[in-house]
Amino acid sequence: MGRGRVRAEPLELILYQSDAGTARGQASVVCFPESIDDLSFAIRAANRHCVSFVARGSGTGLAGGATPVANSLVIVMTRMNRILEVDPVGRVAWVEPGVLNLDLTRSVRHLGLHYAPDPSSQQACTIGGNVGTNAGGPHCLSAGVTSAHVLAADVVLGNGDIVRLGGLEPDAIGYDLRGCFVGSEGTMGIAGSIAVRLTPDPPETRTLLADFTSVDAAAETVSGIIAEGIVPAALEMMDAPITRLVEEFVGAGYPLDAEAVLLIEVTGLIGGVDAEVDAIRRVALERGARQVKVAITEQDRMLLWKGRKSAFGAIAKVAPDYYLHDIVVPRTRLVEVLKRVYEIADEQNLLVMNVFHAGDGNLHPLFVFDGSEPGIWERVYAAGDGIIQACLDAGGVLSGEHGIGLEKRDYMSLAYSAEDLDAQARLRDAFDPDGFANPEKILPTGSRCGEMKRAPEGTWV
Amino acid sequence: MTAFAELAEQIGNATAVEIMGAGTQRGIGGAVDASKPIVEVRAPTGIVSLDPADMTVRVLAGTPVGVLSAALAEVGQECPLDPENSAATVGGVLACGCSGIRRIRYGPIRDRVLEVRFITGGGRLVRGGGPTVKNVSGYDFPRLMVGSHGTLGMLVEVVLKTQPIANKSSWYTSELAPDLLRTSIYRPACIAWNGKMTYVLLEGHEIDVLSQASELSLEPAQPPPHPIGEHRGRISIDPTRIGSLAKSLGDIKVPWLAEIGVGTMHVATNNAAELHDARLVAHGEGGWLLREAGAPLLDPFGAVPSNREVMGRIRDAFDPLGKLNPGRLPFARFTP
Repeated sequence: MGRGRVRAEPLELILYQSDAGTARGQASVVCFPESIDDLSFAIRAANRHCVSFVARGSGTGLAGGATPVANSLVIVMTRMNRILEVDPVGRVAWVEPGVLNLDLTRSVRHLGLHYAPDPSSQQACTIGGNVGTNAGGPHCLSAGVTSAHVLAADVVLGNGDIVRLGGLEPDAIGYDLRGCFVGSEGTMGIAGSIAVRLTPDPPETRTLLADFTSVDAAAETVSGIIAEGIVPAALEMMDAPITRLVEEFVGAGYPLDAEAVLLIEVTGLIGGVDAEVDAIRRVALERGARQVKVAITEQDRMLLWKGRKSAFGAIAKVAPDYYLHDIVVPRTRLVEVLKRVYEIADEQNLLVMNVFHAGDGNLHPLFVFDGSEPGIWERVYAAGDGIIQACLDAGGVLSGEHGIGLEKRDYMSLAYSAEDLDAQARLRDAFDPDGFANPEKILPTGSRCGEMKRAPEGTWV
Repeated sequence: MTAFAELAEQIGNATAVEIMGAGTQRGIGGAVDASKPIVEVRAPTGIVSLDPADMTVRVLAGTPVGVLSAALAEVGQECPLDPENSAATVGGVLACGCSGIRRIRYGPIRDRVLEVRFITGGGRLVRGGGPTVKNVSGYDFPRLMVGSHGTLGMLVEVVLKTQPIANKSSWYTSELAPDLLRTSIYRPACIAWNGKMTYVLLEGHEIDVLSQASELSLEPAQPPPHPIGEHRGRISIDPTRIGSLAKSLGDIKVPWLAEIGVGTMHVATNNAAELHDARLVAHGEGGWLLREAGAPLLDPFGAVPSNREVMGRIRDAFDPLGKLNPGRLPFARFTP
């Protein structure tokens, strides 16, 4: 691949041994492809040496999806960062996977278009990484998650073959391999280019800030808005500790004495927007909101969003370490699960902050602590176990947007039966029969019944 | 024994099964191979749970879409599966994978399915996805099952994402060229064009629907007539190439109706050979034609996907003995 594009110095290997999560691994070699042919070449080389490989974008993932295990080759995608083509009429962009999420939106803004998925890390995370985890973000409530915005991908499979999954036509012949690939966390291959849908900017946007003297009232307002038949563009909740922290950090105008705030955005044409703003204000006030502020100008709206989007940066001011969870529960169970999250934090004597996509039922409990305190990690992990159990007990799922990776792999058997996991393992093997693509992620070992790859004729499978 | 377990046992013990819905889309995906003793299986029917405040519904796959729509309408909601015949079952519509006419606004039907339960060829009951509106835990079985024509498993239960019914929904016609109309309107529910007239479906708040209609001088109208004929097909094409495909279809005089911005074109004719010609024209523009009805001698898909090897291995993984709807999706068989 050329000098400078393949590295194995000890210091660099340490740099690539983990993503932004807590799991550490061990890389054997790191390489930096600059084209899909480089990518295919690197994967074939890994195949020849019987080395597994793992793709890495900006390394902002939290579930260990990009953490190398089994001395994997780490393939860093950040040099494949060109926007290849933008079609403003078809509203499609072809991008390389290393393009940063927000860079794509910035580059099409003059066309009145944007790329809808907007994870909180959108300034830093790559589109390729977003595809890997089927990333979400505040505006996925109405716009849908990444999979709804990926039309096609040219993918290098685990054996180095390049295939096109999906297409610009609305339906591809045969199985939806594109749909399988999105969210597969690099275990089915690595995308070399991706066609994404661009979304027209809405003509009107209103951002509302509602503040509450109790967390329950805020959570009930969330259910109330949905029950009213309104699906806002975004519906975010922040509790008191995070609201105060963020306000000191960016001065977004959040009330310092509120127990919880909701940040709500409605978009569309003026008639619908006005009606929804009125209805949301009524629902919030009926459930005890102290006030509902409506931001109309771009400047006022951006300030409100700046607070929300800087939440995780602000954490660093409080304590050296944090552990961010990602669970989803049915929206009607939000109040009880949130209560349980606070109880669990109390039981483990931990500080918890909550800033999350309430409209989707997607909670992000965030434990803030000093990792050098003796015994603290055990308490943090115990709290994590408790939260996952509470989520599953309420009919929820293990992850909404961060993925399973290594972090939640061993919880998969709590969420799915042995037969479910066996079927998942078979699907993965169909894409990557030799198992070189990001091994040991997503599925716990032993997911395959008898670890048998293909059934002989006549077997009752 | 539960209904699912009975079905699983029946499928596990059978040599070959045909999964039956309401039979409204039987021309799609290829005829089932009649040389084997076929057991017909049907998914159970009924709505398991409907929670309006969650905007989701858990429904058994054999439930007719019309029954589901009626139940959702009682709470002011809908799920835009929109099959042409509402007698079609939920499982049948998903297995065939044909999205409805409002796709440009509400997305393809594969984006509606949150959780699936299905029975594999080996008679195992498998669940994938989850009941929440957001979920990345493991592989996306819901999307895999949509459009799989019952060759990977028999859908028995699904959780679907619903939405509020818009307070106004009206069809209009316009003199404007379809592309111009598309760039002038914010989030229409459908723009349909047959070469003579542009039709547009507006949904949303009444004030917005009426003001958009008056700004663009739209005329209230009935929904667009679909082309009529015994032999029917659905072309899938890059939506920016609809114009040139329309011209080529005009040259061979096959009537069509295009969904602008989506890339679906409905064609119909009373002459089976013309459906074949339409397919060749579609291939010439980089698209493909799915046979939906009639033309029994026409291949169901007319093309083999470039990644059929992966598809073959997937089919092998879920139905290694090839007993589910044998003959459907003929290219997706693993040949070692």
